[in-house]
Amino acid sequence: MPRFGTAIAALTAVALSATMVACDSGSSADADGRVTLDYWLWDDQQLPAYQACADAFTQANPDVTVKITQTAWAQYWQNLTTNLAGGSAPDVWTDHASYYPQFVTSNQILDIQPYVDKDQVDVGQYQAGLADLFVKDGKRYGLPKDWDTMALVYNTKLVNDATGLDQLTWNPADGGTFEKAIAAATVDANGKNGLDPAFDRAHVKTYGFLPEWADGGQGQNGWGDLAVANGFTFLDKNPWGTHYNYDDPKLAETITWFKHLIDAGYAPKFDKQSTLSRDAVMDSGAGAFTIVGSWTIGTYLGTSAKQKYAFAPLPTGPAGRRTAINGLSDAIYAGTKHPDQAWAWVKFLGSADCQNLVGDKAVVFPAIKSGTDKALAAHRAAGRDVHVFTDEATAPGGTFFLPITDHGNEVSQVVQDAIQSVVLGQAPAADALKKANDQVNGLLQ
Amino acid sequence: MKRGWIVTTTEDRVAVTAPPALKTRPRDDRRVAWLFLAPVLIGFAVFYLYPTFRGVWYSLTDYSLLNTPSFVGVENYDKLIGDAQFWKSLRITAYYVVLNIASQTVLALGLAALMHRLTGSIMLRATLLLPWLVPNVTVALLWMWLLDTNLGLVNHLLAAAGLDTQGFLVSPTQALPTIAIINSWAYTGYTALLLYAGMLQIPVELYESAGLDGAGEWRMFRRITLPLLRPILALVLVVSLIGSFQIFDTVAVTEKVVPVGAGRVIYFYIYQQAFKYFHMGYASAVAMVLVVILGLLTLVQLRLLRASHSDLT
Repeated sequence: MPRFGTAIAALTAVALSATMVACDSGSSADADGRVTLDYWLWDDQQLPAYQACADAFTQANPDVTVKITQTAWAQYWQNLTTNLAGGSAPDVWTDHASYYPQFVTSNQILDIQPYVDKDQVDVGQYQAGLADLFVKDGKRYGLPKDWDTMALVYNTKLVNDATGLDQLTWNPADGGTFEKAIAAATVDANGKNGLDPAFDRAHVKTYGFLPEWADGGQGQNGWGDLAVANGFTFLDKNPWGTHYNYDDPKLAETITWFKHLIDAGYAPKFDKQSTLSRDAVMDSGAGAFTIVGSWTIGTYLGTSAKQKYAFAPLPTGPAGRRTAINGLSDAIYAGTKHPDQAWAWVKFLGSADCQNLVGDKAVVFPAIKSGTDKALAAHRAAGRDVHVFTDEATAPGGTFFLPITDHGNEVSQVVQDAIQSVVLGQAPAADALKKANDQVNGLLQ
Repeated sequence: MKRGWIVTTTEDRVAVTAPPALKTRPRDDRRVAWLFLAPVLIGFAVFYLYPTFRGVWYSLTDYSLLNTPSFVGVENYDKLIGDAQFWKSLRITAYYVVLNIASQTVLALGLAALMHRLTGSIMLRATLLLPWLVPNVTVALLWMWLLDTNLGLVNHLLAAAGLDTQGFLVSPTQALPTIAIINSWAYTGYTALLLYAGMLQIPVELYESAGLDGAGEWRMFRRITLPLLRPILALVLVVSLIGSFQIFDTVAVTEKVVPVGAGRVIYFYIYQQAFKYFHMGYASAVAMVLVVILGLLTLVQLRLLRASHSDLT
């Protein structure tokens, strides 16, 4: 039982301990000039690839050792924040486009533009647009390391006819051929599918589509991609826009269509959906289609998957086929004691030498094309067909970047709450989204 | 009335504990006393007193965790008055506290009375404590699995019994009651043991004579157990009231699946403002308001239950 004490104690104790442990930055240098850099990342699957990079880096720079710390995503940002507050952050950390604005605003990331200029790093070598995501007011806060796009994944046993899945169409009015494919894959307790007039929507055994409703203000795993394919744009400009467009009717139409999927029995009711991840529900065989990112390739095509899956491109909407593309970068801590060595490491991480090593492990798609080619080749050698992700990434006008602004976390919460209230039937889409839009734009003023 | 059962008043205590003998006591003893007290006092000062004052200071600044705090006066408190999310989180917390305290106290009282009148089994007492020994995060994860709509045991049983399956944590109306029930499950045994210990202090003769006079168990419970248990009951209620207000772990674990922030209690709101939105100053202001609310509630409760007076006087 919590102790009888002042309610503030727990909260401030955290702040206190953070300031008390604030003694020194993570890196260290001993007497003969040898330097150990602290480097953080969250993905355990990527750890071996980056350890290979670190070993190669130390071989080329014998005076610098890189110590990699991996922390799970759920704790990563909070650990980083606490360490930044305590002045003991790692010299270099893996950064995310949605999370880095807050660290830029609070002057925690080193501007590497002077280094880029001095060493003449070619920022055009990366997948188009990725390098610009980490630039604000002429200052550069990271070099791209990898990218991801979204696609449909389907259970090949539940979707027995794959013809035409690479050319699905979608619109918010009748759902196009995408909705037909979803309906055909939905099966009720009597074995009738969603296209059958006798389909019993109250007793569904297999859902045609599993939507993701805890998807922040971006809808990367579903509504965002379709809304953009419907002509929606998140922001007046990206990155660093100052006005969101969540009140756009094109977004409201998209959310309403998703709600229609639920009402028709093609997707689980919001207040009866599983608390487990969509990956787990797909693996239990209770869902036929869902939208996933290329970072889940290992989950669906790996050896531990309990069902057989294949990928298909996202459906083409009224404004074309559009996928969110997102990239990670490496950031240097503004308070590092070894900025030169940290830059050397970041430059190496952003080079073809390291990204080819990462590509060989086929865990992510590196930001440099040669690295992506290596990853594709490794996937092909292992019998995994993942070309839809790279095709979508290179299709002209086929991608959009996730919105990058200040107050990203707050915006996400407000918009997610609004969208959930719509799906629950608590409010019409247009009203809830208008209200949320006013609220988030209020934050940006 | 038997003297041994009179709770001494403050005046009595002063009279008893300020004996003239003090003058003859050598000073060394006091130094030793301070020495023994020092660890606690230092701990209290470093981990409670200092953070509290720092919290008051932060609540008057624009501290973001990553900047140098600068004084903004009562701006945070001003903002708080018009903050719909703050009021919503207070309402959710109040609802939770009512649900949790009601279910937990009634259940615990029943369990304690049964143990008191029927059995003294140590095994039983130990079993009751088991849920309380499981870390809260584990409890939350465990129940999330049990209550899952697709793969959970509870819904499986409901379906097997021909009943409708329930959303529990993913339903906006059921989420908070579900969290309250989960925590009642975890804490009822502990509360029951506290009450049981209180019941053991009630003289057995009272029950014996009441029995001779023909009083039944229910009557004895109402006329003997409840009134004489009042000081312990007051303590238990105060502790569980504050404990319920501080509900956090179960909410934090289930937050991702509970829709539209239906479980976003005040402590979660404070955490969110401080560590997710980087408004440490504002979060501190909310925490200060919570301190005041809890202080007032405790005072009212102690007054209502006349905690320092037993009915035995």
